[in-house]
Amino acid sequence: MTGSKFSFQLDCPVPKFDFDMITLGHGSGGLLTHRLLDAGVFTVFDNDYLREAHDGAYLDLQGKTAFTTDSFVVSPILFPGGNIGELAVNGTVNDVAMCGGIPKFLSLSFILEEGLKMDTFSTILQGVQNACLAAGVQIVTGDTKVVEKGKGDQVFINTTGLGPVHTKANIHMSRVRPGDVVITSGLVATHGIAIMSVREGLEFETVLLSDTTNLNGLVMELLDAFGEDIHFFRDPTRGGVASALNEVTKSIKVGIDLDQRSIPMEEGVEGACEMLGLDPLYVANEGILITIVQREKSDAILHLMRSHEKGKNASIIGEVTEEHPGQVVIRSTIGGRRVVQMLAGEQLPRIC
Amino acid sequence: MKYLSEYRDEKVVKAYLGKLHGIVTRPWKIMEICGGQTHSLVKNGVLQMLPEEITMVHGPGCPVCVTPLHIIDDAIDLAQRENVILCSFGDMLRVPGSGKSLLEIKASGGDVRIVYSPLEAVKLAAQNPDKEVVFFAVGFETTAPANALSVVQASKLGLENYSILASHVLVPPAMGAILSDPENVIDGFLAAGHVCTIMGTDEYDPIAEKYRVPIVVTGFEPVDLVQGIYMAVSQLEKGTHLVENQYARMVQRKGNELAKETIHDVFRTSDRVWRGIGEIPASGYEVSEQYAKYDARKKFGLAHREVPENPECIAGQVLKGLKKPHECPNFGTKCTPENPLGAPMVSSEGACAAYYHFSNFDQTVTVS
Repeated sequence: MTGSKFSFQLDCPVPKFDFDMITLGHGSGGLLTHRLLDAGVFTVFDNDYLREAHDGAYLDLQGKTAFTTDSFVVSPILFPGGNIGELAVNGTVNDVAMCGGIPKFLSLSFILEEGLKMDTFSTILQGVQNACLAAGVQIVTGDTKVVEKGKGDQVFINTTGLGPVHTKANIHMSRVRPGDVVITSGLVATHGIAIMSVREGLEFETVLLSDTTNLNGLVMELLDAFGEDIHFFRDPTRGGVASALNEVTKSIKVGIDLDQRSIPMEEGVEGACEMLGLDPLYVANEGILITIVQREKSDAILHLMRSHEKGKNASIIGEVTEEHPGQVVIRSTIGGRRVVQMLAGEQLPRIC
Repeated sequence: MKYLSEYRDEKVVKAYLGKLHGIVTRPWKIMEICGGQTHSLVKNGVLQMLPEEITMVHGPGCPVCVTPLHIIDDAIDLAQRENVILCSFGDMLRVPGSGKSLLEIKASGGDVRIVYSPLEAVKLAAQNPDKEVVFFAVGFETTAPANALSVVQASKLGLENYSILASHVLVPPAMGAILSDPENVIDGFLAAGHVCTIMGTDEYDPIAEKYRVPIVVTGFEPVDLVQGIYMAVSQLEKGTHLVENQYARMVQRKGNELAKETIHDVFRTSDRVWRGIGEIPASGYEVSEQYAKYDARKKFGLAHREVPENPECIAGQVLKGLKKPHECPNFGTKCTPENPLGAPMVSSEGACAAYYHFSNFDQTVTVS
């Protein structure tokens, strides 16, 4: 079963609240909490698991299961191309998928700041539900806490996800071998630059949209078709492509050679990176994956990826080598070579 | 990307490198002034493509790197004050002062904001009339016009709660200081394209003449750099010492007159201490008397402090081109971007950080 094969109606019930903003009472566990949950969470995410209204969900799991958790603190919470709710679902769905798992169930925990506008919360809930429908996952349990004004940043979300591992999946960093080919499923640095452009109030001529999306459909199709030939998946979120690949080279003592010219980027994103002095290889991604695959199958894998909506901009960006173990080395556009290090601290925009 | 990919063309770069190999007959040491040029040379792997006779020496043109400790301490002092919003370009935040960095002050509750333009700081001042907004005005001649303009703008808006902590440095006096140093090893210069976009090229003629060195105003892309190096080496091989302009698509002989007028309106030239190098006469800008009430030093009564440098950091030798970053015993071990001993390891344009992040593949640099 793959997410992409579903055809969903993406309009979910709009929660109707009889209050304008979140107050401390909504986290009290009492009447206000129940009104918030009844009007919001239970209406929007309605399913058999939630209808049990228990302290947790009963799940029927068989076989090897992929299990992951992630917290989302993005600012701003509403950004061009998405919101924190969509991100919280897609991020965890993708983490399960990167393990070769078929994401099924998600928990959803909110930490809300007193004073959060209900309109905003409502938008986020719809973002969560739309992303769940698109990915084919269900929210089966959750929690809502409210903190005093000034003790949070409007909304923090934690999601935990799990699902059975695809029978053909054998995804382990240790399976990466010299000769393997490194592929990105799409354009690099799009999400991070979209967030930064609104966070820092930068006004570019073109509005840059986040590419946050689920990748489980793409992953499942790849595993269906190529199984063991897929050695490794990683969604290069924080720290970007550079950090994800450095984790590989440093963990299993291989080298990776990248080619700058083959790294796909949207022109507006590339321009923003140039202006701000940011290296796109370190910028966070939310809509792409990196896979490392058996060389002999790499062309066929690339072909399949490009035929899929989520992989239409896929590109072979490099290869694994026995040389320079522990290092990612990039060939520049003019043919020079340099080492791509792990990101140290936060990338800070330069002075001039 | 248009207007960039043309200057990152492998064929053009290789053509210039071929010409360069054809004319070079003996070793030459060429200093690229600007940190942006250093960054590009290392990031694009240009250094290991040059003929072995040519050594590039990485100059002092990284504003973060040459900002002295006592001014960083001043910024930290201001950021810790109850009523102050300290605005800074991102690069400056991680640079350690004698104790903490601005990033640490921010983490412990100081109101430190990253801005992309000083005019954003002016806007913040207008939005927060009960706060004092201080902009940490760091940079070479390149950022001086925008920083000056922020003062003019604040004055026009009648803002009483805006001021700048000026830490501006000037390229020509630093070149003079390097060339008159008895230990000088530099044969020729690539002057900083962006600085010259503002200031023009006239002020380099007397330097070229006095010290008999070729100076080529150069851009930042790989094609710019190899062409600039080729032009400098051509002069050296011929024995000429002219000021030439490789970056003609941006730089005019007289520079940007309007920008220079704004600078001279708001700033006056003063002696300045350069981190790792020492005091250079008439090498910096301070806020002029006319705009004195926008001078954070005066407004907050900041006294001059004597702050000793970390003796383990050889930034001065690196900035003067006497040592390469990886020749420092602490490079990549005790001194890393996460835990820098000195500023050149912090800024993305600092020579040490450039070597650390983009260490040339062929270079035997061990990074822990």
